[in-house]
Amino acid sequence: MSVEQALPLLRVADLKCVFDVSRPLLNRILERQPRRWLKAVDGVSFTIDRGETFALVGESGCGKSTVARLVVGLYEPSAGSIAFDGQDVAKITSGTERQALRRRFQMIFQDPYASLNPRWRVERIVAEPIRVFGLMRDARKISERVAELLTQVGLSPADGSKYPHEFSGGQRQRICIARALANNPEFLVCDEPTSALDVSVQAQILNLMKDLQDALGLTYLFISHDLAVVRHMANRVGVMYLGRLVEIADSRTLFEDPLHPYTRMLLATIPDITMSGRRETTVTGEVPNPITPPSGCTFHPRCPLATERCRREAPELVPISANQLAACHAIGEGRSTQR
Amino acid sequence: MSQRPLAATGAHVHSSPAAEPPLLSVRKLRIEFPGRRGTLVAIDDVSFDVARGEILGMVGESGAGKSLTGAAIIGLLEPPGRIAGGEILLHGEPIHSLPPAAMREIRGRRIAMIFQDPLTSLNPLFTIGQQLTETILAHLDIGLQAARRRALDLLTEVGIPAPEQRIDHYPHQFSGGMRQRVVIALALCAAPELIIADEPTTALDVSVQAQIIALLRRLCREHRTAVILVTHDMGVIAETADRVAVMYAGRLAEIGPVREVVQHPRHPYTRGLMGSIPVLGADVHRLVQIDGAMPRLNAIPTGCAFHPRCKDAFERCRLERPDLMAAGPTRAACWLYPPSPNPEPTP
Repeated sequence: MSVEQALPLLRVADLKCVFDVSRPLLNRILERQPRRWLKAVDGVSFTIDRGETFALVGESGCGKSTVARLVVGLYEPSAGSIAFDGQDVAKITSGTERQALRRRFQMIFQDPYASLNPRWRVERIVAEPIRVFGLMRDARKISERVAELLTQVGLSPADGSKYPHEFSGGQRQRICIARALANNPEFLVCDEPTSALDVSVQAQILNLMKDLQDALGLTYLFISHDLAVVRHMANRVGVMYLGRLVEIADSRTLFEDPLHPYTRMLLATIPDITMSGRRETTVTGEVPNPITPPSGCTFHPRCPLATERCRREAPELVPISANQLAACHAIGEGRSTQR
Repeated sequence: MSQRPLAATGAHVHSSPAAEPPLLSVRKLRIEFPGRRGTLVAIDDVSFDVARGEILGMVGESGAGKSLTGAAIIGLLEPPGRIAGGEILLHGEPIHSLPPAAMREIRGRRIAMIFQDPLTSLNPLFTIGQQLTETILAHLDIGLQAARRRALDLLTEVGIPAPEQRIDHYPHQFSGGMRQRVVIALALCAAPELIIADEPTTALDVSVQAQIIALLRRLCREHRTAVILVTHDMGVIAETADRVAVMYAGRLAEIGPVREVVQHPRHPYTRGLMGSIPVLGADVHRLVQIDGAMPRLNAIPTGCAFHPRCKDAFERCRLERPDLMAAGPTRAACWLYPPSPNPEPTP
């Protein structure tokens, strides 16, 4: 499958997002401190094809949620471009065109307790995108559509007249999904959709998301820190470390033959639930402070393969094989041993 | 990794109750929360033992009562919660009804606790050295110099680099994983016999979680300290525990050696729980799904609390509550394993 055959649904190129984390002006003058910047996302590029699930994994502070928010437009990128279905999102100036584009994607958030307005009834919450985008005017049609959406996510149409506090965490996440589907999006950005849920409820939500993908042909950008969940959900996976993508591969290749030392370390951290006695890579160190990232390859202080070059120059994300890209000097120099 | 001698010791506790009493024994524990609209039973008839040096995993979903059980053992139940029945025995001595002063003697010294969030369990205004020496001096009869030396030893033991410098640092100068190491050092101060670790790795990143698990396991082996590891993460249990207790709606659903419970769960709830966890290497399109949700405490079904969600439920499940019954090498509270009049010897 060549990437060039069909136009990808989403193309993100050299995306950067820098936050100003300086002290207030007076403190900076009195304490003679410079401005400080946090590079949350530092040159990230990837594409997502129609109908696939692309996952971003990484530890906290690696910038995966920032990428999700950049993609849906909750943050402005500092540099780089986001093209949805061939259209550069930043270049659209007319309001109607922008709204037409926005209607085609939606987001599901991590915390189903914080992302639902506690003073609104469920039917009003689910109908909000329909009203905002002006998809329907007739109140009866809207309530029919809401009932249909609630049924689709496994709730009862009668639940529409209840308030969010009457539901459990899993049911609330179903409400969030119903709301996200209200404007018939093609593309859903899911930021840790099951991290706040218990495992048995997580299974229900993941199954629902897969069923909806099969039924509606949805495309997912799936953000998670849980590698087993990512393995279950994604077709392709990007691994992030300190704002950069260190490896992109299709799911099977990444989990069976990881190339980047960080990916290998991450895989070694997955608890061995089948108790087969795996685990050979030892895990050391912690993610450094992203305000003062290490020089060169940001992973070098924790990397068993690091050399002088890794400390000096940052590696580019380059194709290693047909469906695997990695950013590591050791791989290019042949120092990385296959396992 | 394949050798688990402690698992065997743990399993033998039940077969020879007449011998030396187990380190900790919880018998028919019942915890109630009296309220305006009636009394809620949060823990109902829970019994288990913990042997010396054993790691008992306690797993369940939110609200299953696993943290509450831990809090009851160390005497930190928040009012209006109260122990309404049963007993907690440490070396055969009841500790559930001790006056607060006597309980303070046990807490920290014989039973220690590790909490989920390492930031809130350390005082931000004192250096970790001050906090460690204060704890050591409170429990052990030694001088200030000796206490500081012990604090240094503990920091070295939990893997904090350059402890001579780090001992005078404040909690905010440590990263999340290092902070949790300090909390573990605090728990070890008085060399307790039992540590209750309540979700010790939940607030940490995966790569740090693996290190903390390895540390906890190593320390318990070396000191022969028993641990009750309370967590919702079956993966952590599989990596760490010798035995595992599965809780559901305030009751024990299944208890047994970790390998058995993980690989051949007997109780339908445990089976569903294990199937709902995505596993690497297994290409399944859909995960096993337990429909519905755990009942609220004010609406626990009659009979087996799991029967409305259970695919194997039959008449008896709706009427009669099952006790823990032998189900192969584990014990499950399920009528699928009724006690037979002359039990067959299990291999």
